[in-house]
Amino acid sequence: MSDWQQICRVDDLERERGVTALVHGQAVAIFRTHDDQVYALGNYDPFAHASVLARGIIGTRGDVPFVASPMHKQAFDLRTGVCLDDDSVSVPAYDVKVVDGTILVGPRKASTLA
Amino acid sequence: MIHVRKTLVVAGHGMVGHRFVLAAIERGLTETYDIVVVGEEARPAYDRVALTSFFEVGAEALSYLPDGSYEDPRVRLLTGTQVTGIDRDARQVTLDNGDVQAYDALVLATGAAPFVPPVPGHDLDNVFVYRTIEDLEAIREASKSAKAGAVIGGGLLGLEAANALHQLGVQTHVVELAPRLMAVQIDDAGGRTLTRHVEQLGLTVHCGVMTELIDAGADGKVDSLKFKDRDEPLDVDMVVFSAGIRPRDALARDCGLAVAERGGILVDEQMRTSDDRIYAIGECAAPGGQMYGLVAPGYSMAEVAVDALLGGPGTFTGADMSTKLKLLGVDVASFGDAFAGTEGALELVFADAVAGVYKKLVVSNDGKRLLGGILVGDASAYGVLRPMVASGMELPENPEELILPASTGSGAGVTLPDEAQICSCNDVTKGEIVAVVADGQADDVAGVKACTNAGTTCGSCVPVVKRLIEDHFASIGREIDRTICEHFPLSRQELFDVVAVHGYRSFDQIIEAHGSGRGCDICKPAVASILASQFNEHVLGRNTAALQDTNDAYLANLQKNGSYSVVPRIPGGEITPEKLIVIGEVARDFGLYTKITGGQRIDLFGARMEQLPAIWQRLVAAGFESGHAYGKSLRTVKSCVGSTWCRFGVQDSVGMAIELELRYRGLRSPHKLKGGVSGCARECAEARGKDFGVIATEKGWNLYVCGNGGMVPAHAQLLAGDVDSETLIRYLDRFLMYYIRTADRLQRTSTWLDSIDGGLDRVREIVVDDALGLGAELEAEMARHVGSYVDEWRATIEDPEKLARFVSFVNAPDVPDANISFEVERDQIKPQLSSEPVTLGSHIPVGAPTA
Repeated sequence: MSDWQQICRVDDLERERGVTALVHGQAVAIFRTHDDQVYALGNYDPFAHASVLARGIIGTRGDVPFVASPMHKQAFDLRTGVCLDDDSVSVPAYDVKVVDGTILVGPRKASTLA
Repeated sequence: MIHVRKTLVVAGHGMVGHRFVLAAIERGLTETYDIVVVGEEARPAYDRVALTSFFEVGAEALSYLPDGSYEDPRVRLLTGTQVTGIDRDARQVTLDNGDVQAYDALVLATGAAPFVPPVPGHDLDNVFVYRTIEDLEAIREASKSAKAGAVIGGGLLGLEAANALHQLGVQTHVVELAPRLMAVQIDDAGGRTLTRHVEQLGLTVHCGVMTELIDAGADGKVDSLKFKDRDEPLDVDMVVFSAGIRPRDALARDCGLAVAERGGILVDEQMRTSDDRIYAIGECAAPGGQMYGLVAPGYSMAEVAVDALLGGPGTFTGADMSTKLKLLGVDVASFGDAFAGTEGALELVFADAVAGVYKKLVVSNDGKRLLGGILVGDASAYGVLRPMVASGMELPENPEELILPASTGSGAGVTLPDEAQICSCNDVTKGEIVAVVADGQADDVAGVKACTNAGTTCGSCVPVVKRLIEDHFASIGREIDRTICEHFPLSRQELFDVVAVHGYRSFDQIIEAHGSGRGCDICKPAVASILASQFNEHVLGRNTAALQDTNDAYLANLQKNGSYSVVPRIPGGEITPEKLIVIGEVARDFGLYTKITGGQRIDLFGARMEQLPAIWQRLVAAGFESGHAYGKSLRTVKSCVGSTWCRFGVQDSVGMAIELELRYRGLRSPHKLKGGVSGCARECAEARGKDFGVIATEKGWNLYVCGNGGMVPAHAQLLAGDVDSETLIRYLDRFLMYYIRTADRLQRTSTWLDSIDGGLDRVREIVVDDALGLGAELEAEMARHVGSYVDEWRATIEDPEKLARFVSFVNAPDVPDANISFEVERDQIKPQLSSEPVTLGSHIPVGAPTA
């Protein structure tokens, strides 16, 4: 299994929305922000115990880009997966790169491994 | 230990008897007592204070117990039954049906009876009293053939009765023995002001006259009144006596209990009669020898009696007889020492004969304390003045400013002491109100109402409550923050106006011009709702798709395991068998859990996001459309079956509900909107629990607004009565659009109403009287909405770009998300939650349906 998995074209993603991708057997939420940054977080909302984060609203808190869970609105930092409302909770964040307009999702970011 | 339950008998089921039972249940008296309530009237307790509104709202709306029984099974209610005797030695009462009921404790709450003076002719046909719903039914019947009527008695109740006659279209005369109206509460000058108001409405007032004879015509019915020292008789076809009340103390007299000199059962401060197993409360009781003809002291007595039965120390030592009410549309208030009976008291009077306003303050000899007062025509200052009397606080330097026309009525500038009672109906002090604001439990009137009950009964203290909240925030330097979130320094209403003025069509335009950052889960859906209200573009359009909240974003309702529920519109709850079968087939084929909703439609649960378009396809093909169960928008307009089938219905409620639901479907609003239409006053559609409720009358429709169920239930209030269908829709168009324009985000109509200065009266001015000249504009906005409506489901399944988002995985669209799984309960699916993310491959995925 390659560490980097091809997902889709950046253009396939709406700005400021997410999609769910199947990466290494896991549901991963991929987000494209207003300024075309792409982020990937585990799709599973640890508060609601449901696989839904990709369906949340994207925004900013100060300078922090975040997604609000569509279940109960807890906000997660798109860069780190840390919950902005309760920093003892986080979801996995994955490395992302864009090569020739194609999104590649890599391994879980080191900083988010427990 | 053997625990023997005891029996408590309550004789009388009026307002006070009912309050007693409620308090008994709440405070646990039913843990030791079985309660038997014996009520003489055919129906359970109802709101006698609002009796006049019976013609408008019907008996059910007045009822305190529409289901006919209490929830606590240890309380048994016998209606249409009377206690006829008390045997104190045997400790039992006899009933008029011959039954005998033993008691361990007995509470007499038999109330009072109207006093009918022994004028010759008082027993003729078409002579009535004004006390029960049956009295009003009889009055209404007689009014149909009556041209003119007289109310004998110009007190508080007499004017209520006169109002009722006037409403029934009878030329009404008020006949009062005293030299002025409301002689007990107000002085001569106040009485003159009140008389002018009443006569302007077309009633005739005769003060200082004594009725000598009620004369009959050839048919044995009332024909005229003859007065002492007056030659001219007064031609009337009906008479209503409202000349005071007398305590109904006969049961007590017959069994030898002590009674007061002027009537009423003598009780001590804990409401015990001379027999300590027997209590008396309400108008039949005379604590300290005095009877109280108002409901508030009766309620206090009920609470004290419950406390005494529980062994508590509560006492009743007299009541504040202050009154404020609206009689025939005229504000009248009287409080404290209204007649300046205190030695050396001084009077301060403001009168404006043109405006019909009379205000009098009674102050102490040194000018330092307010002792009482009278307000006629404008009683807005009552909310501040009454607590000033009760607390004995020092008057401000220029007390006349309290009653001058410029004063706001909220008493700005007056600092009440903490112990000042602000809400007299529910006994809430200033200190209690400020405390809930100070510790963050409430920051607006609605919150204070929820926390303290202040302002929830008569509402006269609401302006003062509002001011106390504002004063508190000002004192700690906090501005009341109505801005929507960190990205916009604007309230929702301001945001709405900004969009309307500039014609913005996208979030980007708005946040670039008026905000900062990239928005959040609060401002984005708010902007989406505002854009939808103004332009009605598809919610998944390019400009708005990324702004939509959880449910709007997928045109379905997200459930706890990440699956969705689907609700097709069933307007008014009317559905053909064919369509019902289609819903069943769709549910069966996609394996969905089905449940009937409270809004008379069918909810289909357990759809995976990627299944939604196929489900919509089937439903749309069968003629269904989106029910908008997912939107902050119109949900349903519930209806009863109405005059088409129902023996009691007076209008076609189903037809009206369908018309309204189709008119307002898809209308985006600050919060969800629900409607109801009932075909008669029995109100089977529960329309008064809705944001807008329509109840059929003989002449048309009554329109009620701003009700809701939910966490803090609110009854909708009458906005307009007896309107035709066209007017109804015009008012509703205006009302809904005005709400959509001005409400805060997620503010339902009832809390929105609370936040409006002037409340319902103000909304009526804008919607019905068109005081702001906004009517045509609001109607045009609604017409634009109606004209631009499209079914969101159909538009989605017809648009490949919108459909593209309905996939499980962007890189594996054929694989369902294994995190969503179900188990079976009662022959249907239910969500199965997993405490960890599920890895595909470790579970066998649930297959997509073959349909």
